[in-house]
Amino acid sequence: MALLKLTSPHAHTAQSTANVMQLVLLATIPGLLALTVFFGWGTLINIVLASIVAVSCEAAVMRLRKRPVMVYLKDYSALVTAMLLGLALPPLAPWWIVLVGTGFAIVIAKQLYGGLGYNPFNPAMVGYVVLLISFPVQMTAWPAPLPLYPDGSSAPSLWQSLQMVLPFLNAEGIDAFTAATPLDTFKHNTGLLVEQLYQKDPLFSRANWAGIGWEWANLGFLAGGCFLLYRRVFTWHAPVAMLGALVVCSALFYDGGSSSSHGSPLMHLLSGATMLGAFFIVTDPVTSATSNRGRLIYGALIGVLIFIIRSWGSYPDAVAFAVLLMNFAAPLIDNYTLPRTYGHKKSRRATEKATEKATEKKD
Amino acid sequence: MTDISYREITNNGLWKNNAALVQLLGLCPLLAVTGSVVNALGLGLATMLVLTGSNIVVSLIRKRVSDAVKIPAFVMIIATFTTCTELLMQAFTYELYLILGIFIPLIVTNCAILGRAEAFACKNKVGAAALDGFMMGAGFGIVLLVIGAIREILGSGTLFDNMHLIFGPVAENWTLHLFGEGYGFLVAVLPPGAFLVAGMLIALKNIIDDRIELHRATKRAPVIKGAKRVRTTGTVT
Repeated sequence: MALLKLTSPHAHTAQSTANVMQLVLLATIPGLLALTVFFGWGTLINIVLASIVAVSCEAAVMRLRKRPVMVYLKDYSALVTAMLLGLALPPLAPWWIVLVGTGFAIVIAKQLYGGLGYNPFNPAMVGYVVLLISFPVQMTAWPAPLPLYPDGSSAPSLWQSLQMVLPFLNAEGIDAFTAATPLDTFKHNTGLLVEQLYQKDPLFSRANWAGIGWEWANLGFLAGGCFLLYRRVFTWHAPVAMLGALVVCSALFYDGGSSSSHGSPLMHLLSGATMLGAFFIVTDPVTSATSNRGRLIYGALIGVLIFIIRSWGSYPDAVAFAVLLMNFAAPLIDNYTLPRTYGHKKSRRATEKATEKATEKKD
Repeated sequence: MTDISYREITNNGLWKNNAALVQLLGLCPLLAVTGSVVNALGLGLATMLVLTGSNIVVSLIRKRVSDAVKIPAFVMIIATFTTCTELLMQAFTYELYLILGIFIPLIVTNCAILGRAEAFACKNKVGAAALDGFMMGAGFGIVLLVIGAIREILGSGTLFDNMHLIFGPVAENWTLHLFGEGYGFLVAVLPPGAFLVAGMLIALKNIIDDRIELHRATKRAPVIKGAKRVRTTGTVT
């Protein structure tokens, strides 16, 4: 029997949406673990709640739109949105925060625009921003890292965490300890040199680089991001450009560690939502720029915006705002960074003005 | 256009050709002042008054003004009525006047008003023009009111708050607290909320229109499946 002989290149089948989404879910695990170790059960509860809400909203909208429900649920995109939002929300946030945010993300930010692939804005970030401007009190109360709990108090158990999230179960009136995040601390620092701040505040003095708990969560997301890069889920352009721009900005404005410093580049890289944003939000294939050159510009501008809003805006963290603003700009970036067809050098007659070189040659 | 029936004018103004939901005119006040029922009602009434007044006067002078000066003349008339409304509000509902602020003088620039003067009033008799102005104003006002109510309920959890600004001391305790004190969903009160609610209302109107159309279609003589038309030409062998 003659075997069919195939010569190279042996092309794999394209990765299916479901496959990519599962990889993304898998890649969040290191960051999720770090958040759970340092901030308790809250993040896990957020994610479970958000997943339930996201899947039911997605199914309900699909029924309303008279589409096959299971086909769309099986692409795991709703679960990824729920996962990212659950990671971004403060652990131990009340249940209705998760409900409103996830519902808004799926129904309004994703499905009303036509579902996966048609949404101009990142659904998880829309949900986050809606919550942040609507419920600033709940959204800025981040629980204290477990190692910093006052002496004599123990970390809340899973049952106690659930009681805090679902207040109708909370008969004993358990309350969480909240603490300023590293970015909050820098925002409210008026008189201390960076060095003094690092010595005085246990948030920094007991950490290795950039705030206890936060640094490990960010390193976890970095590891997950590297895994996704290795599996070629996305290219390096957008995350590297974003992180690079953030490092450059924070180095320029470090101000030698004076009291008006906005924090070291390392602090900016390893606190807040930097790594989660760089590898899981900025790389969203639907809402970001499409060409590699476009992604470099897109990522770099997000990095600059993050630094600007973190340093001079009124909100402590800025990834969500920066990403949404650049989502607006992604089509414009695409318009100016359209790659030329392979093998062609002359500018495209239909969409680009002839470059000066080309006109010179003609002359 | 002169033989349009009063019934049709009413239907056009309130539903079929609604200024806010179908023509999408006057979106600026629609989005800016519908944070609560009282603001929406105040601006809705003011717009209705100006629209009715300007339609009547435009219709009265429609044979005296030439095409060349038509638009400036209409704008003058609308501005006059807006000033009257502004003065009336200063006299009777001063606090509401302060809350609505710039949006009362801005009624002049509401394209729904100039649009009706140009499209309807200058071609029709006074009676029809007056009714058209009133109904267009009412349609606009109702939409304003509905958006105001939805945003007030969602955003601050109250309904009919501060209604005494329009109805006097009688309405002091009309405020309904639907979700108890301390409720607040800020995004509904902020501008995005207005866009979202207006968009949902437009979608709702389209759904209702589709349903009505479907209902009408089914009411027509049903087509029997498999039935064929009788052959009327040619020769049957």
